[in-house]
Amino acid sequence: MSSEDEFGGSYTVRGRDFIDAGLISSQIKKLLKDRGIPEDVVRKVAVVTFEAEVNIISYAEIGTINFHVDDKAVTIEAMDKGQGIPNIDLALQEGYSTADDTIRDMGFGAGMGLPNIKKFSDEFEIISIVGKGTTLKSVIKIVGT
Amino acid sequence: MDLKVIQAELGLTPQCGAERLDAEVTGGYAGDLLSDVMANSAKGQVWVTRQVHQNIVAVATLKELSGIIIVQGAMPDKDTVAKAEKEVLPVLTTSLSAFEVVGRIHSLLRKA
Repeated sequence: MSSEDEFGGSYTVRGRDFIDAGLISSQIKKLLKDRGIPEDVVRKVAVVTFEAEVNIISYAEIGTINFHVDDKAVTIEAMDKGQGIPNIDLALQEGYSTADDTIRDMGFGAGMGLPNIKKFSDEFEIISIVGKGTTLKSVIKIVGT
Repeated sequence: MDLKVIQAELGLTPQCGAERLDAEVTGGYAGDLLSDVMANSAKGQVWVTRQVHQNIVAVATLKELSGIIIVQGAMPDKDTVAKAEKEVLPVLTTSLSAFEVVGRIHSLLRKA
């Protein structure tokens, strides 16, 4: 892949808008597929972007999901203005969740969101400030290019 | 095995996406936690769930599942059907329990 094949996108995610949950991840997935990104990479990106999208919807007022693709990797950044995470170590433990009943009734809030993002990422970083918001970065490597 | 055989054998009711019942079913996954299904289901599998909210369509589409079977007599929300119709994703319903549905599909797939 040459440098002119680098591409990316930026999307705004509205908090509490569960109706459209998955819309942005679907759009990103389609773009990657259309550009011929390997299927296993697309599958990982789909999980990471979906969980990031659901997290913003569940816990923030508004957020942004950016993605960038070059010949080596897909980089996803999710930033939100929201309540933030007081204890990131706890939030990264599978099964730990602060979700309310509205979120759980829809099948979310099982405490698997951040663990899934970490699991499907080759590199993962998260920074959160309580009362301000959370920023996470996920890198998924494209092998064999 | 395609979804049509499973639908006929178990007497499932298609709610939408009937034109895609010829989709090849490669296996199945059962669960009501969307993140669990996101992480652990695989392309071509049929998803057995009690969830009826429209977000199940987003999960099934992202994971390229062959269809959704909603169990225990539950009915998909109107928005779920509308969204699945748009994505041409089969959503089937049954009064059977998840246990019964999974057991029967499992033995059908083993025999195939």
